[in-house]
Amino acid sequence: MVDEQDRSEGSFRCLAVAELPALYGLARRLLRDGAEDLVQETLLRGFRAYETLADDEASGRWLKTIMVNVFRDQLRKQARSVDELPVEDVENFSLYRTIADEDPFPYSDTLHDDFLGAFDRQDVREVLMRLPEIYRAPLVLRYMDGFATKEIAAALGTPLGTILARLHRGRKRFEKELWAYADECGLLLEGEVG
Amino acid sequence: MTEQPDVIPCTDAVRQLWDYLDNAVSPEDQKLVERHLSFCRACCGELEFAKELRTLLAARGAVELPADVRSRLERFVQEL
Repeated sequence: MVDEQDRSEGSFRCLAVAELPALYGLARRLLRDGAEDLVQETLLRGFRAYETLADDEASGRWLKTIMVNVFRDQLRKQARSVDELPVEDVENFSLYRTIADEDPFPYSDTLHDDFLGAFDRQDVREVLMRLPEIYRAPLVLRYMDGFATKEIAAALGTPLGTILARLHRGRKRFEKELWAYADECGLLLEGEVG
Repeated sequence: MTEQPDVIPCTDAVRQLWDYLDNAVSPEDQKLVERHLSFCRACCGELEFAKELRTLLAARGAVELPADVRSRLERFVQEL
């Protein structure tokens, strides 16, 4: 914990080291490759902007927001155009109904729980990585890192309405990819249920 | 679900479930979703499953910081 007025290089180093696990975790959730570089760029920007940190208690969230800014800038620099998914592509998909209809574990009394229980951390990461960045980032920030939708919109420099639409399509796409991944990777095989 | 007067269809209710859980729907839509849920068992199942999916995302998101990466990043911090 640093003093309220202490904006020395030493105090920044203290808070930065304390936040390394959280920053690396977010970077790995946002990117398939290059997480360490993303953390380094975040730390560099944070170091340069340290005097603007208003509340020491919020230093973790402050650094994460800087990381999302860096991530946004990298996406823009890559100038990769990621097409918005057509609404109809995912709108009518329901993982809940698909599991009930396909009944992958016919002897189970807890079908839906068993399905989700088959996914470990690496599986969930792989499924998230199948989503284009414009859908993955809002999902990760909202449901894994606890950002409010307004904070996501501000950090990504995207209108709130667009973020809400991407969250909706991202959730549907995530559900669809969970099913596809489970099928492809054999998680639906009887006996694979944890 | 059998159609009821003044009750939104399942497609409308399901589309709003995550926003409903996020408290991100208007008070009017909240009432409509809750009225639908009071009639529709299938959508109650969708709601419970949406909660489980949110838990899955929150619980399976943790990432270990490998010792070698920590060491390099700590060195980077000291050199700032």
